[in-house]
Amino acid sequence: MKDNAIPPPRRPGKILAVAWLILFLPACVLATRHTVCTACPLSGIQKAVETAAAGDTIIIREGVYKERGITVKKRLCLIGEGEAVIDGQGQGEILSVFAPGSEVRGLAFRNVGVSYTEDPAAIRLVRCEGCLVADNVLENTFFGIYLQQSEGCTVRGNRIVGRAKEEASSGNAIHIWKGERILVEGNYVSGHRDGIYFEFVDDSEIRGNTSEGNLRYGLHFMFSNRDVYEDNTFRDNGAGVAVMFSRQIRMLGNTFDHNWGGASYGILLKEISDGEMAYNTFRENTRGIYAEGANRLHIHHNEFVENGWALDVKGNCLDNRFEYNNFIANTFELTTNSRHNLNTYSNNYWGNYRGADLDRDGIGDVPYRPASLHALIIGKVPAASILLHSFFMEALDYAERIFPSLIPEQLVDEKPLMKPARHDTD
Amino acid sequence: MKKIISFVAGDILRNRTVLAYTAVLLLFSLGLFSLEPRPEKALLSLMNIVLVFVPLASIVFSTIHYYNSAEFMELVLAQPVARSRVLLVEFAGIALALVLAFLVGVGLPVLWHGAGTKGILLVLGGVMATVVFVALAFLGAVTFRDKAQGIGFALILWFFFALVFDALLLLVLYNFSEYPLERAVLVLTMLNPIDIARMMIITRMDAAALMGHSGAVFREFLAGAWGWVVAWLALLAWGAAPLAVAVRIFNRKDL
Amino acid sequence: MIRIESLAKSFGRNTALSEITLQLSAGQCIALIGPNGSGKTTLLKCILGLVKPSAGEVWVNGIPAAGNWGYREHIGYMPQVGRYPDQMKVRQVLELIRQIRGREAARHTDAGLIGAFGLEEVMSQRMHTLSGGTRQKVSATLAFLFDPPILILDEPTAGLDPVANELLKEKIRRQCERGKLIIITSHILSDLDDVATDVLFLQEGRMQFFKSLASLKEETREDRLSRVIARIMQREKP
Repeated sequence: MKDNAIPPPRRPGKILAVAWLILFLPACVLATRHTVCTACPLSGIQKAVETAAAGDTIIIREGVYKERGITVKKRLCLIGEGEAVIDGQGQGEILSVFAPGSEVRGLAFRNVGVSYTEDPAAIRLVRCEGCLVADNVLENTFFGIYLQQSEGCTVRGNRIVGRAKEEASSGNAIHIWKGERILVEGNYVSGHRDGIYFEFVDDSEIRGNTSEGNLRYGLHFMFSNRDVYEDNTFRDNGAGVAVMFSRQIRMLGNTFDHNWGGASYGILLKEISDGEMAYNTFRENTRGIYAEGANRLHIHHNEFVENGWALDVKGNCLDNRFEYNNFIANTFELTTNSRHNLNTYSNNYWGNYRGADLDRDGIGDVPYRPASLHALIIGKVPAASILLHSFFMEALDYAERIFPSLIPEQLVDEKPLMKPARHDTD
Repeated sequence: MKKIISFVAGDILRNRTVLAYTAVLLLFSLGLFSLEPRPEKALLSLMNIVLVFVPLASIVFSTIHYYNSAEFMELVLAQPVARSRVLLVEFAGIALALVLAFLVGVGLPVLWHGAGTKGILLVLGGVMATVVFVALAFLGAVTFRDKAQGIGFALILWFFFALVFDALLLLVLYNFSEYPLERAVLVLTMLNPIDIARMMIITRMDAAALMGHSGAVFREFLAGAWGWVVAWLALLAWGAAPLAVAVRIFNRKDL
Repeated sequence: MIRIESLAKSFGRNTALSEITLQLSAGQCIALIGPNGSGKTTLLKCILGLVKPSAGEVWVNGIPAAGNWGYREHIGYMPQVGRYPDQMKVRQVLELIRQIRGREAARHTDAGLIGAFGLEEVMSQRMHTLSGGTRQKVSATLAFLFDPPILILDEPTAGLDPVANELLKEKIRRQCERGKLIIITSHILSDLDDVATDVLFLQEGRMQFFKSLASLKEETREDRLSRVIARIMQREKP
C-alpha cells in the first residue's frame, strides 16, 4: 500500500487563484449594499453603478433589465438574486469592467450585439486584477466573457451558450487576450466560434470545463506559456482543440470526444515544446493527436479509443516521448509523412499488436511497428480510404510491418505491452 | 415450390461439408468474441472472415454441389417442369442452406454478444455475400461442362474479387492521384460485390477514418441515404445478374 | 405417340445423330440398341428435351418437344445412372418428384413396384446408405410411379439382382400389353428378348434398321435377339 504517494505538483495557478478569492470575497460581503429592482427607486443598473462608491455591492433582484454599455470604473460587486436578466437587445456590449477586484456573479446576460470591429461581449474585463466572473448564464452572445490585459482573474461556473452559425460571423465564449494567472474553471461553453480562446496568457489554468458544439475549436490556445489545462471535456467541436506556438503546457486528464469530420482532430499540437500530455482520453476523433512541429513533449498514460488515426505525427516532430499509452480499437494507430523517426515510442499498448509473450514479462517478444502503410497511402491518395479493411490492404500492411520499405524503419516500439497500461500504477 | 426448396436445402444442410463450414464459422466467431474483449474489434476481425472466407466457401461448395447433382437434375428435368424453375429451385436451396449455416455460425454469436446495429449489418453483409457468390458459382457451373474447369473458374473469380480487384484499384488510385477520384472510385467499387459489402459494413463500423480524409463525396455517399440505397441495389444486382445469365445459358444448353 | 423427323444432333464437330425419322406407337416395346457411342442416349435425351436438336423435330402426342415442357407428363424416365441427393430419404425423393409433377400426377399413381421391390422397408433411409441395386430400384419405381403412357428406360437392368430383374421385365411386359409405349436401351440383349416387340438399331448416329422383333427373327431364322443382331452385323460386313 502506498497511501503516502505524493501527487504530482501541478497546481500553482490554483493556489494563487484561491488566494485572490480569499482576499476579495469578504470585501463584497461586508460592503455597503445597493439594491436594484424594476420597482425600486433604483431601477437601473447603470444608475446604481454611478451611485455606488468604490468597494460597494450592488444586488440586482429578479427581473429583466434592458440595458447595455454598463461601464464599471470603480471596484464593485454586481450580484444577481433570482433571475436577474440583463438584455442587451442585440446591440453592442452589455457590461464592461475596468476596475481591479470587481465581481460579477449570478447574473443572466442575453442578446449581445454583433460587430466585427468592436467584438462586443456580454462581460468584458479590461486591465482588471483579481476580478471574479462566476455563476452567470449567458445566452445569445457574440463574445461571452472577454478578458484583456488582466491578471489573477477567475472565470468560474458560467454557462455560455451562443447561436453561432458560421465561423466568420461569430465570436468566442471565453476569450482571453493577454493575461497572467487566470483561472477558467467549471464553465460550460457551446455554440460559439471557439469555446475557450487563449492568446498571450501565461501561468494560467483551465480546469473542469465542458466545451462542445463550437464551430471551430473547443479550446484555441496560442502564444501562451506555462499553462495547465486539466479535466476538461471537449466534445463535438468543428476542429477539436488547437494548442499552438506555446511552451511548457501541461495537458492532463482531459477528454477529447467525437471531434469528427474531414479536418477534425482531438488535439492539434503545432509548434509547441517542452510540455506534458497525460491521462487524457481521446475517443472517436477523426485524428486523436495531430502533431506538427511538436518537440520534447512527454506524452504518456493517454487512452486512444476508436479514433480514425490515433496519432498523426508529422516528420518535423522530434524528441517526443510516447509511453504507457493505450491504443484500443483505432482504425489506424499511427501515421506519419516521413521515412524517418525522431521520437521515442515505448511501453505502449497497441491494440493491433499480434505478438506473443512467451517469457511472460508483460512485454511482447517482438517489437511492434505501429505505422500503417495504408494510412501512409491515404495520406498521399485520400481516395484510397475506400480500401479500408480490405483483405488486400491488410495483407499489404502486414507484409510492410515485417519488411518496412515505405514506413519509417526506426519507428518501433521495442517494448509493446501485452495488456493495456494501468494509469494508476504503471 | 416451397416444399421442393426445403427438400433441397434440407439435403444440403445435412451435408458433412456444410456442417463443417458451420462449425468453423461458429468456432471463429465464438473464438474472436472470447479472445477480443471489445465487441467492436471482434466484429472487425470477423468482417475479414465474413468477406473472404464466406465467399470462398460459398462459391466452391456451390460449384461442386452443382456438378455432383448433375445426374439428379437430369432426372428432375425429365419431368414436366421448366428448366429455369429447376435451376432457380436448386439455387434457392443452396443459397438458403448456406445462409442458414452462416446465420448459425456467425449470426447467432453476433446476436448473443449483443453487437447491435453494427453486428446486424455484418450479418446482413455476410448473407448478401453468400447469395452473390452462390449466384456466381451457378454462372460458372452452367458455363463449363467440366467439373475441374468449373472449380477453377470459381477459384479465379473469388481470387479476383477478394484480392486482385483491390490491388488494381489501388494501382489506379496511385497512378491517377492527381485527379479528383472520389466519384470514379465509388463507381469502380460497385464492380466488386465484396467491396460493396465491405463499404456498407465499415461506414457504420469505424467511419472515422473514412470521414477523415476522403472529402465530401465519400462522406455524402456513404453516410447518406441514397448511397445506402445505391449500394444495396448494386449488391442485389450482383446476385440477380449472374443468376439471370446462368438461367439463360441453362435454358439453351444440352445436358 | 412419338414422331421424329429428320432429327440431327452434333456436338461441335462430332455428329451424334443424323437423319433420324421415326414413328413410335402405343403398345410397342422398342429395344434401342447399338454399339457404344452410337447415339442411343442422345436420341433418348432429344425426346426428353434434355438435348436440343441441331435439326429436325420431335413430337410427343402431337406436342413439339422444342420449347415445351408440359408434354413430359406423358413420359416416365429411368436414367442409366441413378444418383440422388445423399441426405434425402427415399420417401422424400418420391415426394419431391411427385411435387414437381404437380397435383394431377398424384391422382393416378402406380405404386406396384414399391411393393414388388420391397421398398417400404427402406423408405426412411437416406439415399447414400442404399446399395447401387436399391438405388436402381428407386429409379425404376419413379419411372412407373405416375403411370405415364410412355416409358423411357436407359439400361434399366444394370445392377439389378436376378429377382428384381425378372420383376422389372414382368412389369415392362405387362405395361406394354396395356398399350404403353416403352423404349429400352440395354447392353444385355438377352434381357430384351422377353420384352421387346421391335428393334431399333443405331450405328454412328444413323438408324440402321427399325423392324419388329418377329420379322427380324423370321428374316434371320434365329430366335435369340443376340444371335439375330450378330447375324445382321455379319451380313452387313462385306
